[in-house]
Amino acid sequence: MAEIRNYTINFGPQHPAAHGVLRLVLELSGEVVERADPHIGLLHRGTEKLAETRTWVQSVPYMDRLDYVSMMCNEHAYCLAIERLIGVEVPERGQYIRVMFDEITRILNHLLAIGTHALDIGAMTMVLYTFREREDLMDAYEAVSGARMHAAYYRPGGVYRDLPDQMPQYEASKWKNAETVRQLNENRQGSLLDFLEDFTNRFPKYCDDYETLLTDNRIWKQRTVGIGVVTPEQAKAWGFTGAMLRGSGVAWDLRKKQPYEVYDRLDFDIPVGKEGDCYDRYLVRMEEMRQSNHIIKQCIAWLRKNPGPVITGNHKVAPPSREAMKSNMEELIHHFKLFSEGMHVPEGEVYAAIEHPKGEFGVYAVSDGANKPYRLKLRSPGFAHLAAMDAMAKGHLLADVVAIIGTMDIVFGDVDR
Amino acid sequence: MTTKIERLSALLGEHFGERAKSIVIDRGEVTLEVAADDYRSAAIELRDRAEFAFEQLVDVSGLDYSAWANREWTRERYAASTHLLSIANNWRLRLRAFAPDDGFPVLDSLCDVWPSANWFEREVFDLFGIMFSGHPDLRRILTDYGFVGHPFRKDFPVSGYVEMRYDPEQRRVVYQPVTIEPRENTPRVVREANYGDVGHG
Repeated sequence: MAEIRNYTINFGPQHPAAHGVLRLVLELSGEVVERADPHIGLLHRGTEKLAETRTWVQSVPYMDRLDYVSMMCNEHAYCLAIERLIGVEVPERGQYIRVMFDEITRILNHLLAIGTHALDIGAMTMVLYTFREREDLMDAYEAVSGARMHAAYYRPGGVYRDLPDQMPQYEASKWKNAETVRQLNENRQGSLLDFLEDFTNRFPKYCDDYETLLTDNRIWKQRTVGIGVVTPEQAKAWGFTGAMLRGSGVAWDLRKKQPYEVYDRLDFDIPVGKEGDCYDRYLVRMEEMRQSNHIIKQCIAWLRKNPGPVITGNHKVAPPSREAMKSNMEELIHHFKLFSEGMHVPEGEVYAAIEHPKGEFGVYAVSDGANKPYRLKLRSPGFAHLAAMDAMAKGHLLADVVAIIGTMDIVFGDVDR
Repeated sequence: MTTKIERLSALLGEHFGERAKSIVIDRGEVTLEVAADDYRSAAIELRDRAEFAFEQLVDVSGLDYSAWANREWTRERYAASTHLLSIANNWRLRLRAFAPDDGFPVLDSLCDVWPSANWFEREVFDLFGIMFSGHPDLRRILTDYGFVGHPFRKDFPVSGYVEMRYDPEQRRVVYQPVTIEPRENTPRVVREANYGDVGHG
């Protein structure tokens, strides 16, 4: 009989499966995890404190850098909080654009989550496929905001500008000849909406491909079925939200239960798991992507038919158009006040939560009536999920820790803030 | 929604009576303030009584009121705002308690009421220095190992006190006093209510 010693090992902070800078101190008995102690904060940038020193609108780009794989959803919660504090309405078209980009973001996030989760536990191909589709969606981000990731597209009162009529196209270069460019530009002939519609038509087929690769894959199932099982009671007690909660069979989705923007007018279903293991959460995320695709289609149909303003006309909150600013004294003053002193938000506090791809992302904003937030607390879903790491990993094998980190869909910008 | 939160606040008033220091409905949200002594017992009742059924603790946030509205703050400085969610009843509540002593703020821990409070309270302790009595493992969580001070307090400068650099002579990372000057691009201005009629124009 071999002598078995207990080991304490450092998993990370530089580990490819740690999804960022997670230092996980693991106490092992043989290969079985006895205790997992995540050390976080290696990416702590003090966003909440920084926001206190900047005007309300200046913090919008910081929100992108929280969860840097679902950028626009973070902005959304932040803008919602400001809008609720001020009591300003977003034009309907702005709301539809926001919902559409929220769902694009959800697909972006889940593609990365499933792709890297599969990569972590041995299925290399998935990540190559999912990143191919992410490229198209990032192009949509770029077309609308000019940035592929850190968009700063949502603003208090609406979105920065309307959707472009022309989708940017590739140009022939040393690396891409005319024929390649022609192929690449095939679905970019029309507007952004045409491009997205083409994507939504292609996407279900891609989802089928992913399912062929993973859903009945013996190795994938061996690594995920029965791993990291969470009962509904545990999920509630640990503050789980999003796919982590729904994977355990609790039908809770803020888009349905506490609808914001125009979600109450859209048709979609909430997938719910049964066993609460990693495999069920994978299936939930897979189905959520299909549902998001369905929502995007509905938004495209609506946006085609209904032109209109995308940001509020209240110039105490949103800047006037450049044209009006140059020809009108009143607008010039608004513009100057807005970009020097910033908007004033009435005294009060509000907690705005949205169904972020990872779970419930909340912004608790406290204002004392100044041009800057008094206190901004960002409630990130990953923080609560990672807090349950010890309880979830206990008794599992070392290799399963990777599967559990993958299923939590951890991103450190979001956990550490 | 409106009737629902009114119902919740009526239920809260009925149940907590004198113990509720205030129940405020503002912008569609209910805030219940209790004394520090009642904080834990109120939390247990909010979780266990079927009419409230707050199964989830969503967030704990520390607050330092000392610089409120650029004025003198006259009551306790530190508070914890706890956001609760009831999945059964589909409503939310903000539970707030002020920590009695500004020099050594202490509140009861809610870790055994909702396990999710564990990390949230560690974060509040780390950033605001509010102690949670009864917490099983009150370590710093976000700041560096060996960090001194509580960075989210209003009297802590944004640029901090120390900075870290690599010293080629000692061939290791060293700490030194910060060399950057804190600066403020846009001053913090508090205007009178309805200045410029925000939200009305």
